[in-house]
Amino acid sequence: MEKQAVQRAREAFLAGRPRPLEFRVQQLKSLQRMITDRQGEIATALKQDINRSQYDTPLFELIGLENEISLAVSKLAQWAAPRPVERNLLTISDQAYIQPEPLGVVLIIGAWNYPWALTLQPLVGAIAAGNAAVVKPSELSEYSASLLKALLPRYLDQELYPVVCGGVSETQELLRQRFDHVFYTGNSTVGKLVMEAAARHLTPVTLELGGKSPCYIDKDVDLRVACRRITWGKFVNCGQTCIAPDYILCEPSIQNRVVEGIRQTLLEFYGPDPKSSPDYSRIINQRHFNRLMTLLEGYTATVGGQSDSSQRYIAPTVVKDVPPQARLMQEEIFGPLLPIVTVSDIDDAIHFINEREKPLALYVFSSNKKVIRRMLAETTSGGVTVNDVIMHYTLNSLPFGGVGQSGTGRYHGKHTFDQFSHHRACLVKSLGMEDVNMVRYPPQNRQKARRVRLAMRTPLVDFSRKTYIWAVTATVFAFGLFVTLTAILCTCL
Amino acid sequence: MNTPLDSCVIDRLRATFRSGVTFPEQFRMTQLQNLLSLVEENEQLIQDALHKDLHKPKFESVLSEIQITLNDLYFAMENLRTWMQPEYNIGKNLATRMDDCFIRREPLGVVLIIGAWNYPLHLILLPLVAAIAAGNCAILKPSEICQATEQLLAELIPKYLSQDCYAVLCGGAEDTKSLLKNKFDHIFYTGSQVVARSILLAAAPHLTPVTLELGGKSPCFIYGHIDIQKAAKRLCWSKFFNTGQSCVAPDYVLCTAQTRDALLPALRETLRTFYGPDPGASLDIGRIVTPRHWRRLMDMLEKSKGKVVIGGESREEDRYIAPTVLVDVQESDALMQEEIFGPILPILTIESLEEGIDYINRQEKPLALYVFSDETSVVTTVLNNTSSGGFCGNDGIVHMALPGLPFGGVGASGMGSYHGRWGFETFSHRRGCMNRSWLLERVNVLRYPPYSDYNLGWLRWATTFKKNSWGGCSVM
Repeated sequence: MEKQAVQRAREAFLAGRPRPLEFRVQQLKSLQRMITDRQGEIATALKQDINRSQYDTPLFELIGLENEISLAVSKLAQWAAPRPVERNLLTISDQAYIQPEPLGVVLIIGAWNYPWALTLQPLVGAIAAGNAAVVKPSELSEYSASLLKALLPRYLDQELYPVVCGGVSETQELLRQRFDHVFYTGNSTVGKLVMEAAARHLTPVTLELGGKSPCYIDKDVDLRVACRRITWGKFVNCGQTCIAPDYILCEPSIQNRVVEGIRQTLLEFYGPDPKSSPDYSRIINQRHFNRLMTLLEGYTATVGGQSDSSQRYIAPTVVKDVPPQARLMQEEIFGPLLPIVTVSDIDDAIHFINEREKPLALYVFSSNKKVIRRMLAETTSGGVTVNDVIMHYTLNSLPFGGVGQSGTGRYHGKHTFDQFSHHRACLVKSLGMEDVNMVRYPPQNRQKARRVRLAMRTPLVDFSRKTYIWAVTATVFAFGLFVTLTAILCTCL
Repeated sequence: MNTPLDSCVIDRLRATFRSGVTFPEQFRMTQLQNLLSLVEENEQLIQDALHKDLHKPKFESVLSEIQITLNDLYFAMENLRTWMQPEYNIGKNLATRMDDCFIRREPLGVVLIIGAWNYPLHLILLPLVAAIAAGNCAILKPSEICQATEQLLAELIPKYLSQDCYAVLCGGAEDTKSLLKNKFDHIFYTGSQVVARSILLAAAPHLTPVTLELGGKSPCFIYGHIDIQKAAKRLCWSKFFNTGQSCVAPDYVLCTAQTRDALLPALRETLRTFYGPDPGASLDIGRIVTPRHWRRLMDMLEKSKGKVVIGGESREEDRYIAPTVLVDVQESDALMQEEIFGPILPILTIESLEEGIDYINRQEKPLALYVFSDETSVVTTVLNNTSSGGFCGNDGIVHMALPGLPFGGVGASGMGSYHGRWGFETFSHRRGCMNRSWLLERVNVLRYPPYSDYNLGWLRWATTFKKNSWGGCSVM
């Protein structure tokens, strides 16, 4: 079944259907209509999957998606146009440019935590770049997956963009097929398997993985605002966000105030009993619930800690003075547990971060420019937001992706289009200027070699120091000569 | 060379990288300058090594190994400061108007560069230029097939470049396999598809990103109205340069019978002008790299059902094969099953452009595609209906000498690209950064729970992309 879907998509691609820009724009506009028309059903599916509040759905899934579609529709002609490049003397009369081209049939594997955004945003770029795309939503968010399977064929070309649902074995079957690019969002364990399967076909991959995103709070900072922003980013979607601040690093002197700030904010956000708040989500399934409860074993929560297995509810929880070797600090939490690890100063914090795998996001709260500069210069991560969390994700002109264990490749906005395109280098020469070409043909001699070396030089104009000094000296000398000559002429006349 | 020794070297480089010494512009510039000196001061030694390994004529060594490396170095040093600057010129929306948004280019760490034997100098040094410019430490693994060049690199690199940051590890296939068990932050490989697969499989458990510069059969159309003399010259030059052992050499020709009949005498004349009546005695033609490679080419030639119309001579003692052209070659021919990588040029006759395009599209995507034609419509048709790593109209190979163009494959011909700025980007991580202002917390309040329709409405308005608006458009 999977094989046939891929086969049909490839035939439709080879027939040239997604090539014209008008077709791509029309498909994107159709996708836009699907989101607008079916918002209610999407919100219901998300409520059933993860108890997503009706407001979080547009905020976190749909607004971003609509923006991506509008941007792609508006900019497609520009993105798909040839991009001219700098030439050298040998190519001065030729056309040299980069032409973005579709790759072919791509595979998009979605995730369960933001099942619509993380599956459809890559699809927007894949369509814009002129590819066919097989979409495989995550089976863990089963209501969203079935809804997507029912809806997408009604709005988009059924052969070019098939939806394939299923679990591990269906995904493995899909990965046995040959694609021209595989785009995977999820965890690094499966990421490695995806990369391995793609390796057999020499297929390039984009992996949007995760990691432990650190959040450093400097001591001289407005803790009230900082804690509010961190609390928002941490506990939205019940902590199940790849770029949620995973843990806090701060000096012992401010730890208690940080805890208080978070406690106060939680009261403002969800009231005294988050379980009854319509704005607080649940854990996706029992397995993840158990995993999170195990992480908490042996530690006393400073804030929260309550849970209800029947509802897969875990209260927003903060644990302070967590030792670096605690289980909470060994894997990405991906839940509403917020450990605070104390560090002695910024050096200690940087050292702590660099000892660990490169994270998907890094957060630093500080009013001190030097601290911010050091954090940025001495660490690395997929992306950064300073003095807030998550927000770098929302600007589609910033590339969104990981590095090292947190992933490879990037997307959002034009970056998605570029990720799903082949940038073909094109040089179109004329058969004229053959005299210049003569220097490269055998039989060879020293003069020819010298001429070719000169003709190949890039950049065209030599900005080196030697030339600059020569130019200045020559100009001064020439000017001096001119003045002298004029003076002589004037005295003679 | 055994695994513990490699690990020692890698650990040392990693420790150096962690210390941050490769980050500052000055350090990178100094290393690039030193590499420049390495090439400039040892030109004769380099030419001698290349001649020993590949019987490479001095002209080719200078043009395709030394000069191309020097050009890339000049280009990198000239532009390094610009490349290293954070990119600020990106669009913002209303909600981020007061924020500082930029993209930083950051080094990846310790990268592995595996070279190839056909251009043993530039295929390993050009990626090294990019890796240095991007602030990484690098391990070089030159091809063991070109022993003289391998030894020269092993001797010169530690003399000119920082030994704590850059190391040369030599060895064969088994040694490379054990080297790949280590973790790298990027692997850059030039070579064959078979080995590429095993490299990707070795990289997967570490989630290491990989750039693969592979090959394929690069087709060459000669179609429509064309000055056949000039076309023949450029075709011969690009095909027989380095004795056909170039990943972007035109592998085979597609043309009509009429064009073929006009082409053959032009090819004969050109070859005579280039190499004289006996190419085997010309100083301007190289040799096949090893007896094994020579045997592979001779086997293909023997099994071919095409008719040899030019050349065909060969000598086993010095691994010589004359520039050879065959006609009446069919799709099923022995010469059409794999990349030739030698001085053998099959000509396939087609009746129409569409037939040629269909044929190309039935094969794997090639590294390069060539069209010789005066008619713009022919060039455009082929461009629009095929895909390839790169494309060159009315010439061969030269598109890779322009550092502004990315050099890389697609599909089976590779993934990723380099040369010039593209190399710098390959070896960098693009980190999206947003520096939020403390102001506008009142606007931020709209996003916090408890949620309401009122807040959502305003937030939607503030974050929605507006076509041609006064804020939302991103530049390019």
